[in-house]
Amino acid sequence: MTILVIAEHNNAELNAATLNTVAAAVAIGGDIEVLVAGAGCAAAADAAAKIAGVSKVLLADNAAYANQLPENISLLIAELGKGYSHILAPASTNGKNYLPRVAALLDVDQISEIIAVESADTFKRPIYAGNAIATVKSDAAIKVITVRSTGFDAVAAEGGSAAVEAVAAAHDAGVSAFVGEELAKSDRPELAGAKVVVSGGRGMQNGENFQMLYDLADKLGAGVGASRAAVDAGFVPNDMQVGQTGKIVAPSLYIAVGISGAIQHLAGMKDSKVIVAINKDEEAPIFQVADYGLVADLFEAVPELTGKL
Amino acid sequence: MKILVAVKRVVDYNVKVRVKADNSGVDLANVKMSMNPFCEIAVEEAVRLKEKGVATEIVAVTVGPTAAQEQLRTALALGADRAVLVESNDELNSLAIAKLLKAVVDKEQPQLVILGKQAIDSDNNQTGQMLAALSGYAQGTFASAVNVEGDRVKVTREIDGGLQTVDLKLPAIVTTDLRLNEPRYASLPNIMKAKKKPLETLKPEELGVSTASSLSTVKVEAPAARSAGIKVKTVDELVDKLKNEAKVI
Repeated sequence: MTILVIAEHNNAELNAATLNTVAAAVAIGGDIEVLVAGAGCAAAADAAAKIAGVSKVLLADNAAYANQLPENISLLIAELGKGYSHILAPASTNGKNYLPRVAALLDVDQISEIIAVESADTFKRPIYAGNAIATVKSDAAIKVITVRSTGFDAVAAEGGSAAVEAVAAAHDAGVSAFVGEELAKSDRPELAGAKVVVSGGRGMQNGENFQMLYDLADKLGAGVGASRAAVDAGFVPNDMQVGQTGKIVAPSLYIAVGISGAIQHLAGMKDSKVIVAINKDEEAPIFQVADYGLVADLFEAVPELTGKL
Repeated sequence: MKILVAVKRVVDYNVKVRVKADNSGVDLANVKMSMNPFCEIAVEEAVRLKEKGVATEIVAVTVGPTAAQEQLRTALALGADRAVLVESNDELNSLAIAKLLKAVVDKEQPQLVILGKQAIDSDNNQTGQMLAALSGYAQGTFASAVNVEGDRVKVTREIDGGLQTVDLKLPAIVTTDLRLNEPRYASLPNIMKAKKKPLETLKPEELGVSTASSLSTVKVEAPAARSAGIKVKTVDELVDKLKNEAKVI
């Protein structure tokens, strides 16, 4: 049994979600190979070769894969993937974009966002925004799976010494082109990997007030997130959204400020180790999942908290 | 240009679902059903493209039981011109749905197919991408803006790091994210008019599609419950608990 893990990277560096995905492959058991597809991505492939437990790295370095266009990259993965028992990718917006295409090209079902491995063919995944956990069994010859990072502890990024093998296959479907990206620039940790996350909701009232949360986050070395209500209201950009359809996080400490706790938000953070809620409405559902609740005016409590850390 | 919009009948997003005692699934008896919220956004986008003069006809399609006609009537009331029900009482997986939709695409030859990015019941986020692969079309998933320009469409996508824009050759597949638009409500006169709009019913066998699946659900369980903790009275107490009890700061 050999498992193919598709690396998430920006050509220069591996994204940490790759390590969680390899961890899921370790839980399945078997040889683990990693595909790094991109343009000018040799550095990412070298990093992948160092991941503990990886036996081989496939490097597909071609202009057609530069921006991970799913029309091109899915053809590559479907071609390479035929020889594997499992194909795993992180359940990032990127993995979710190309992997169902791969599954369809291989004529197999995909299993989305697994959070646990029961055996080589049986997996657990959340459904209904995490209000139920389904155990699903696959009889497919090739099991195509996206992996929710928070379900698996990352394997060590160092310690392996896999060989890097170049793959010549160049697939350009010729139906799509990359135009541009507006990526949020921040010195704070990425939400998905942060040990501490501070999130704001509708109670923040406007985007300027998020400065309070940035100040608190900087004291804690935290990433900053938001509820859907805060994103929809235009306080902060979409990439900060934590929830069922946004980012799924499971930090050691999650501080929810002015967030009522809609089911859709809870789906994105309820696996956090310790949850703190600060809200002036003591009936807010967020208190039902919070380890420590503070019923207070956030505009007083948050600056006080920042001052006392 | 013709737009095909695929919609799904799901548990209403306000319903708190419960797992059945025998762990065979979630209890859907007497539960309110609605159009999947992402599909409402898909219908709205199609209607806006028609209002702008970009689209000339909107066909709504669903795969589901007879009762899914309700969601098609909703789509018709919102502005779709006609509807197609691919009738199946089986709980089908995304690949089977994508194959059925591909057969409808072959029949209808739309220039643009708009779907929700995921359904809020199975949370799979697969069907649009699979349909794109089976059709050989480009895809613009998790769309927050859609601009048709001649025989191309520019789609701005919500990605982990921010926003990405891609330029796709038509015909193409678009899946909607939350901020693409704010769906309208159907007016009473439009709901009445929708009852007279054409609704065609097809069977998977008629489309020559096998809906066999390699996946089976072993069991469905409630997630591990998280119990409420304690309320602290002051910021000082909170800092103390985080430092000395939880030891997370």
